Amino acid sequence: MNGAWIAVVRRDMLLALRRRSDVATTLFFFVIVASLFPLGVSPEPALLRTLAPGVLWVAALLACMLSLTRLFAVDYADGTLEQMVLAPQSLTLLVLGKVFAHWLVSGLPVVLLAPVLGLQYAMPNDALLVLVWSLLLGTPALSLIGAIGAALTLGVRGSGLLVALLVLPLYVPVLIFGSGAVAASQSGLDAGAYLSLLGACSLLALALTPWATAAALRIAVE
Amino acid sequence: MLSAQDLACTRGDRLLFTGINFELRAGQLLYVLGENGSGKSSLLRILCGLRSPEQGQVSWQGEDIRRQSDAYRSDLIYIGHLNALKDDLSALENLSISCSVLGQNDGAVRARAALQGLGLARCADIAVRNLSQGQKRRVALANLWLSRARVWILDEPFSALDTAAIVLLASRIGEHLAAGGMAVLTTHQEVVIAAVTVQELRLT
Amino acid sequence: MKIMTGINWFKYSSPPAFYPLAGLLIPWFYTLATVFAAVGLYISFAVAPTDFQQGEAYRIIFVHVPAAWMSMFLYLVMATWAGFGLALNARLSHMMSQALAPTGAMFTLLALVTGSLWGRPMWGAWWVWDARLTSELILLFLYIGFIALQASIDDPRRADRASSLLALVGAVNVPIIYFSVKWWNTLHQGASISMTSAPKMAITMLTGMLMLALAFWMYSIAVALVRVRCIILERERRADWVRQLVEVKF
Repeated sequence: MNGAWIAVVRRDMLLALRRRSDVATTLFFFVIVASLFPLGVSPEPALLRTLAPGVLWVAALLACMLSLTRLFAVDYADGTLEQMVLAPQSLTLLVLGKVFAHWLVSGLPVVLLAPVLGLQYAMPNDALLVLVWSLLLGTPALSLIGAIGAALTLGVRGSGLLVALLVLPLYVPVLIFGSGAVAASQSGLDAGAYLSLLGACSLLALALTPWATAAALRIAVE
Repeated sequence: MLSAQDLACTRGDRLLFTGINFELRAGQLLYVLGENGSGKSSLLRILCGLRSPEQGQVSWQGEDIRRQSDAYRSDLIYIGHLNALKDDLSALENLSISCSVLGQNDGAVRARAALQGLGLARCADIAVRNLSQGQKRRVALANLWLSRARVWILDEPFSALDTAAIVLLASRIGEHLAAGGMAVLTTHQEVVIAAVTVQELRLT
Repeated sequence: MKIMTGINWFKYSSPPAFYPLAGLLIPWFYTLATVFAAVGLYISFAVAPTDFQQGEAYRIIFVHVPAAWMSMFLYLVMATWAGFGLALNARLSHMMSQALAPTGAMFTLLALVTGSLWGRPMWGAWWVWDARLTSELILLFLYIGFIALQASIDDPRRADRASSLLALVGAVNVPIIYFSVKWWNTLHQGASISMTSAPKMAITMLTGMLMLALAFWMYSIAVALVRVRCIILERERRADWVRQLVEVKF
């Protein structure tokens, strides 16, 4: 059981390593989107500080979604997906491996880079810490939920835009709790409740979405 | 025993085939024949369980394959039109990782031997993107040398192969059948495969 | 080219049998919808008293609240049909969920538009990030996603199953979204007037709303049946029974 899971993660990590530009694209997208806001609004620190939780979370959300289209598309095109569906191991488990690898190359870098962008937004130190925590707890849910959208739109014309349409409404709770946590800590309130809810979202997604993604993949390879 | 009962398949609103029945026992080979677009690939995908038939069922050891999840799939290898290879990985990495995904842990050692047997020893560590079409096909087919599956379902396995490779593959399929395996395949070429019983299924 | 005649129809809850049945039912549901609508409108315009705070403008909630109810209820019904479709591999169920989606989206839009019309005199703004309006907006996105996915997959069987799965995923998410939006709304101290509690719910008002909700419900059934008949004809256009229909002319 674990062998197959590790093999899937290892394959995707190897591929990401050989295609580093794909990983970098996601990150740069995150950085650019976050850097455009001060240019569009104003460089005034107080204003930026209030904007920061929402802007950084929305940017993280978009960056994660951008990388989703690649999650299964290559496997679908080269036939690896068929072989995964036919593997004697449970497809749900293999999906979990794919999603974990996706989070490692698109979610985790965003988490690590976010505090640097937070500095651009004049965020105080403890809020930066909460920002990292909220992203760490929330981005797994983004990858897990997004995987359903990526699986449903395989081989569909204009799948990139369609993924956005399907997945973004489902991201609303994660966005609310995530940016809420940061905003609460900035206004001197306790962010614990938000972080717990974020963690709950991720756990719920972990329990339910791999199954739905596996079902969507079976529909897609048919 | 692999059997099909009254299979029908549609594509869009067109009926591809209907009333397909066969029984395939240990050591037997089934050729699926038919023109382009007659539904050969679709039939093979139904036999794998990738696609569900419009009606009828496929049974493995007397039980519907949709009811048994792992048992049938661990006895099955399917090689379709797509090679299921990652362009950025080497042939060896591709094979050993796909072995691990299938739950076999000794993949790496056996993969090198299999590649050697297919005359790919020198390409084993080159990224697959740099291989020719025929070489890629051979890497994909090397899975047959690694597989312990009893049912082989092969969609046009001989396409893009040179004569030497065709002979190698045909003898490998013959070996598999002699050892009590079974195979279902489609092909456009005339290839002689040693088998006790050869069945033919013609789709019109 | 062979035509799909050899297919075992009774394996599915058979479209050829359902088609004429739906045709018989449609006028009845339209009639019921008209009757309920007439009663509901009479109550809401003639019986219900003028609100002394809001004047006549409040009467729009007689449409707004039932529309909002229907939009959520229809999503649930749609997801239920989708679930049946996936579990039983019944094509008619998929068709039902597909037929309900546009009506659901329409009611969502109606709830949004009436909400904003009502908000103008109430809050002095066309749009307020009120919990209910925001949830309705996200619900509209969910409906649009379902319709878009269904429309963009060419193979009807795959389209059915993929969009049904999406409807189920959405249905699981709707309560979570609703809760999170409410939480967000209370924390940010948005609109202080909630639509349901502002005018005191008198019995006449509730009756009026219920009547209109029933009218909307009957209308939804009628329209869904009309749409399902169209979908059946489109999907089965090559089947013999469709060719023999009087209303189908080749």
